[in-house]
Amino acid sequence: MTAARSLMSIELRRGTRRFQRFVSLRGAKPGPTPPPTRGILDPEFLRSAIGPAFRKLDPRLLIRNPVMFVVELTAALVTLTWIANVTGFEPVRGPSGFGFQLQIAIWLWFTVLFATYAEALAEARGRAQAATLRKTRSETSARRRRADGTLEDVGSSELRKGDVIVVEEGETIPGDGDVIEGVGFVNEAAITGESAPVLKEPGTDIRSSVTGGTTLTSDRLVIRVTANPGETFLDRMIGLVEGAKRQRTPNEIALAILLAGLTVMFLMAVVTLRPFGLYAGTTVGTVPLVALLVCLIPTTIGGLLSAIGIAGMDRVARFNVLAMSGRAVEASGDVDVILLDKTGTITYGNRLAASITPAPGIPEVEAVRAALVSSIRDETPEGRSVVELARRRLSELGQPGGTGDQAGLDSIAATIAEEVPFRAETRTSGAKLVDGSHVLKGAVDAIGADLDRAMPREVLAETEAISDRGATPLALRNDGRVLGVIELKDTVKEGLPARFEQFRKMGIRTVMVTGDNPRTAASIAREAGVDDFIAEAKPEDKMAFIRAQQADGHLVAMTGDGTNDAPAVAQADVGLAMNSGTSACKEAANMVDLDSDPTKLLEVIAIGKQLLITRGSITTFSIANDVAKYFAIVPALFASVYPQLNALNIMGLATPESAILSAVIFNALIIIVLVPLALRGVSFRPAPASVLLQRNLLVYGLGGIVAPFIGIKAVDIVVSALHLA
Amino acid sequence: MSAGDLATLVTLFLAIVVATPLFGTYIYRVMEGERVLLSPVLRPLERAVYRVCGIEETGEMDWKAYTISVLVMAAVAIVAGYVVLRLQNVLPLNQGHIPAQSPDLAFNTSVSFETNTDWQNYSGETGATYLSQAGVLAVRNFTSAATGMAVAIALFRGLTRRSAKTLGNYWVDLTRGVLYVLLPVSVVGALVLVWQGVPQTWEPSQVVHTLQGAVQTIAVGPVASQEWIKEMGNNGGGFFNANSAHPFENPNGLTNWLEMFALLLTASSLTFTFGKYAGNQRQGWTIFAAMYAILLVGAIAAMHLEYAGNPLFPSDVLQAGLGNMEGKEVRFGSAVSGLFAAMTTGTSTGAINSWHDSLMPLTGLVPLFNMELGEITPGGIGAGMYGMLTIGAILAVFIAGLMVGRTPEYLGKKVEAYEIKMAMLTALVLGASILGFTALATVTKPGLAGPLNPGPHGFSEILYAFSSQTGNNGSAFAGLNGNTVFYNITGAFAMLIGRYGMIIPILALAGSMAAKRPVAASLGTFPTTGVLWVVLLIGVVVIVGALTFFPALSLGPIVEQLLLNAGKVFP
Amino acid sequence: MTSFLRHQVYPAVALLVALTVVTGVIYPAVVTAVAQIAFPSQANGSMIVVDGKAVGSSLIGQYFNEPRYFWGRPSAAVSAADPNGYDASNSGGSNLGPTNATLIEHVVQRVDALRKANGGGPVPVDLVTSSASGLDPDISPQAAAYQVDRVAKARGMSVAAVTAAVARFTQQPILGFLGEPSVNVLELNLYLDGLIR
Repeated sequence: MTAARSLMSIELRRGTRRFQRFVSLRGAKPGPTPPPTRGILDPEFLRSAIGPAFRKLDPRLLIRNPVMFVVELTAALVTLTWIANVTGFEPVRGPSGFGFQLQIAIWLWFTVLFATYAEALAEARGRAQAATLRKTRSETSARRRRADGTLEDVGSSELRKGDVIVVEEGETIPGDGDVIEGVGFVNEAAITGESAPVLKEPGTDIRSSVTGGTTLTSDRLVIRVTANPGETFLDRMIGLVEGAKRQRTPNEIALAILLAGLTVMFLMAVVTLRPFGLYAGTTVGTVPLVALLVCLIPTTIGGLLSAIGIAGMDRVARFNVLAMSGRAVEASGDVDVILLDKTGTITYGNRLAASITPAPGIPEVEAVRAALVSSIRDETPEGRSVVELARRRLSELGQPGGTGDQAGLDSIAATIAEEVPFRAETRTSGAKLVDGSHVLKGAVDAIGADLDRAMPREVLAETEAISDRGATPLALRNDGRVLGVIELKDTVKEGLPARFEQFRKMGIRTVMVTGDNPRTAASIAREAGVDDFIAEAKPEDKMAFIRAQQADGHLVAMTGDGTNDAPAVAQADVGLAMNSGTSACKEAANMVDLDSDPTKLLEVIAIGKQLLITRGSITTFSIANDVAKYFAIVPALFASVYPQLNALNIMGLATPESAILSAVIFNALIIIVLVPLALRGVSFRPAPASVLLQRNLLVYGLGGIVAPFIGIKAVDIVVSALHLA
Repeated sequence: MSAGDLATLVTLFLAIVVATPLFGTYIYRVMEGERVLLSPVLRPLERAVYRVCGIEETGEMDWKAYTISVLVMAAVAIVAGYVVLRLQNVLPLNQGHIPAQSPDLAFNTSVSFETNTDWQNYSGETGATYLSQAGVLAVRNFTSAATGMAVAIALFRGLTRRSAKTLGNYWVDLTRGVLYVLLPVSVVGALVLVWQGVPQTWEPSQVVHTLQGAVQTIAVGPVASQEWIKEMGNNGGGFFNANSAHPFENPNGLTNWLEMFALLLTASSLTFTFGKYAGNQRQGWTIFAAMYAILLVGAIAAMHLEYAGNPLFPSDVLQAGLGNMEGKEVRFGSAVSGLFAAMTTGTSTGAINSWHDSLMPLTGLVPLFNMELGEITPGGIGAGMYGMLTIGAILAVFIAGLMVGRTPEYLGKKVEAYEIKMAMLTALVLGASILGFTALATVTKPGLAGPLNPGPHGFSEILYAFSSQTGNNGSAFAGLNGNTVFYNITGAFAMLIGRYGMIIPILALAGSMAAKRPVAASLGTFPTTGVLWVVLLIGVVVIVGALTFFPALSLGPIVEQLLLNAGKVFP
Repeated sequence: MTSFLRHQVYPAVALLVALTVVTGVIYPAVVTAVAQIAFPSQANGSMIVVDGKAVGSSLIGQYFNEPRYFWGRPSAAVSAADPNGYDASNSGGSNLGPTNATLIEHVVQRVDALRKANGGGPVPVDLVTSSASGLDPDISPQAAAYQVDRVAKARGMSVAAVTAAVARFTQQPILGFLGEPSVNVLELNLYLDGLIR
């Protein structure tokens, strides 16, 4: 991600700034930005959700959400009461009047509608994203190889698992599969947003799988199809972001039970008020009782629950991670051990120059210049890193040829007569200078091989020290003179130690897996800031490690790409497969990262946590709200028989009618007010659980108690000023 | 309140703090079959009981078997008690021509004592023979308390065992609870009470000629042996009608203190026992802290309100330094009577040393609310712990878990849909029984015939009756005439629902938790110890209780207090 | 079914019988035996015996209305045999709620009656409210002091002598804080009558 693009995306998504901050945490590898999406309050979305919101009022659909179903029933009941009273079918009872009843009825309908609207809005966002994806899935034709080797043209929807197809340059790949013949570049921008083509070839674990909807930009590939139509990753992804086949997660079910239980509890508390009122000598009207019931039952969370879930999946998808289920996303929030491959995940995977140490008696400038000369024509990443380091050092030393000094560099380059390329037999490379001498770099024993005298002891000590650090030493010489040692190091990705620190704060232990020897592994582990490492690891070691951790009650996440990772990925509680990985590995995983960026696991964990936190916080808020509502409505219910109860009217609401109406209006409006929070998720910063809890309890618990006192009072002032009650 | 009242409160609390770890450890060792000081004496007796009853000591039960055993035992005991109460007039040890209890009263009484409620719709002196008192009611005082403890222990095991199928053996847990935990302390406690003046005799009532020449018949009996276990077992059924206000049940300030200590002792100690099972004493102390924070706030409020007196009394009545003395005894004073009211309802005891009906309205709110919370501060023996752990801890941990972004877990066990279902069920059962029966009574003729006092106070009496019986407390706003078919039958069902409506889902929850594999704790795990957790636990318990009962309470004690402030009385 | 009987019902019945024997027979029997030997007076009701005749229990109040006696608290333990309360086989309180008009009425009547007998001054609340047991043996020291003049006058004793008697039967809190200061009415009256020392 370039800086400019990232800034632009922030501009585009002002509404999702929190979410964006989250993105900016990812410093590990400049991964692709999630495809730009429109803000929560984009008018187009707001409009498009209105129709579905009304359709969702269908009681047959709404019954899946018991809390809102109860609200709908009460809305219908109040409407009927109003009609009965208007038509004179039944006498008006309690603190009512037609206008009052009608207003209550309207606001109860709004309460349901706001909830269905929130869900529709979440789905609309998902649908918009799905539409983008679906474009890539349009019906294409495919050439299928018959058993006899001849080809036939079929529609992509006719392809079945196991079919072998042939794709030519410029064609869209018609379905998911593994490359079995040919080598070619594939543009996966449709899925990953990354425009650079990716090389695909058979046999290799990592590069052999292709995804339907991507384009072959060169050559010709023979592909074995690995998914039936409708079961491809794309199909699954579309289904998930649309929320069409969304299954409720275990946690969501538990919460729904809690909410249903609370609803029943409040139903009992409210229904029994009629007989209690009779005992006190008053008949409490149905409409005020219904109003109290709706205010008490957890409509806020009940109305936003499914929107939160859909939005959570949407957030994951926006990171280009395909979660096989919402359950997997939630489970990732519970992970407390992460298994990370060293190469490609923690380090860049190639060795880069870290230091240049001159041999005894050699001026540093000479050693540095020799390093530069030996690598100036070397186009390997190692060579380029040596040039970069040497020039930086030359600038520091105030010598010509330093960083930015092109003229100086040119004059140094002019001293080179010809390049000495790397050859397997010498294992050295460098340059022959115009003065006829040879400046060479190479493995220490190779450089020392044809020296007249032994390597200086200091140089040998230095090379040993470098090896001890887990790095690779390269020696430099000019003909017979040893000039110094370059240290090449496997470099830890920028920003990773800080991220690991964040996860440590959340109680997540990071474990690095590497084939390196323990000494090297320890050194990298220390530098990266991981908590633990497994050195000289064989694929089966990962499996054993995961099993052992799970037996101790840990929840383990890991990333994988190769086929031999598959069992471990399957065993892990959360397995994130790279899209570039093999089908076997992707099958075993419960999430696939379309960008093939292993550090993405960290984002997924945070999203999983954020999802639960959002639910918990709004639940707490919803329940805490009830305190104020009691103080508003209970005195109003019994105003006629116990005017002294007005002492509980601490908000000083104008009249019993306005008190009830204000509470109902507040209760409806709060759903709309919290929609952005539900869709965006509450802000989440990595911190220990007790810190998070303290903060969220304060904001949503205490805030939930206080806010409605202010809110209901404010609504009451408006209601009274407008003479609505 | 006076300095002496405060000292009573403080010494009581300190004594409990000291006793909790000692007795809690003892209970743990007993329940796990470890050797204790009394083993040489009691172990042979215990073994003999198992042999006679055909109980296999090492046979573990899964949650279903455990539940069935509890229910079968209850059924057998209720039937047996019913038969004795119906035939007490012809059975031996009838000290004074006491008639048989009517069918509905005998049903109510038998259920009442088996459910650890000890609600009494009869008067102790005239409604139960010595045989009924000692042979049935006092026995239930032991067995019902030990059953509550057994269920709590089964829950502890469920929460702390790893991937287990079983919860222990009910017969063994029950036997050990009676023999090792309740019996030895009761022997000592009863004798201390006798020393302080509580009678212990099988002689019939004593007749004396008073100074003014009248004849006074003084009821006595085997009071002390029943008195101690009535407090210690959180039963509360008095030998006499006046219960612990009767000078023979509670002769002085020392016995009053001891009885409060006895009623708090076991329930409080079980928090430590829980810590032993959890392998982390902080878990136990945290529960203890939450329980006592709620209890003490109510207790101090009650003491203060009673000590302030009744403003409706004429101004030339000296109340300063004495307080509201209606329905109270001089030797206890008003403030400590308020304290006792809080303690007896914070536990499921229900013994009274003053009449709760005559408490000031807001004071009356304290016992009412204590009972409506489910008596978890510290609650009945075992019942307090299992109520606190399910309604409090499980629900709190669920909310907290969500708020820190982890699937909620308690003691490393994940709290999932099934557990929430069971916890909600217990909370709902409590609310449904209290509010449902109260509503029924307020709109039916036999229900309305009950209350003695007019106005909102009459409503409080009904609400109190069903709160007390559902909560298995047994104390009463005793102006309610409960000995009617309506109240005997509805009350008995309220007690059954309040007891087994909780025990069944809680044992189911224990079984489900036992089968789980614990998850390791990390920084990401919300710690269920410490101040924050105490605050959360209190918050969840109080808010759930308050939200369910606020409307009802506002029509009873709250509005009565507001009316009283306005100088209103009810004819 | 047989398994259910054998593994559930039989142990339940047998255990109930066994525990009834232990806690319903052995336990009270042991406590009674020890109590009767160690604390015979308390175990039998702390009876006060004068000239071989029981005149009452030191723990149970009696009804007094003669001017020469200190009066105890109003008692709701009323029965046919004891119309003035203090029925020691039928303990109980009034159960009147704090806002009950009947309670306020009773208090006003009692205040008036006491005023007539004792003269002015604020009336200690324990003399106008019914006790919890109906058998409260005690009154507050304030309530005793309030009656000293009347008793002294009726007995022809000096106020100082009566005050000294009251002080003698004023029980201070145990250990200084357990219980309230209280005056045992029966013992005080017995003492004034010279029946105990």
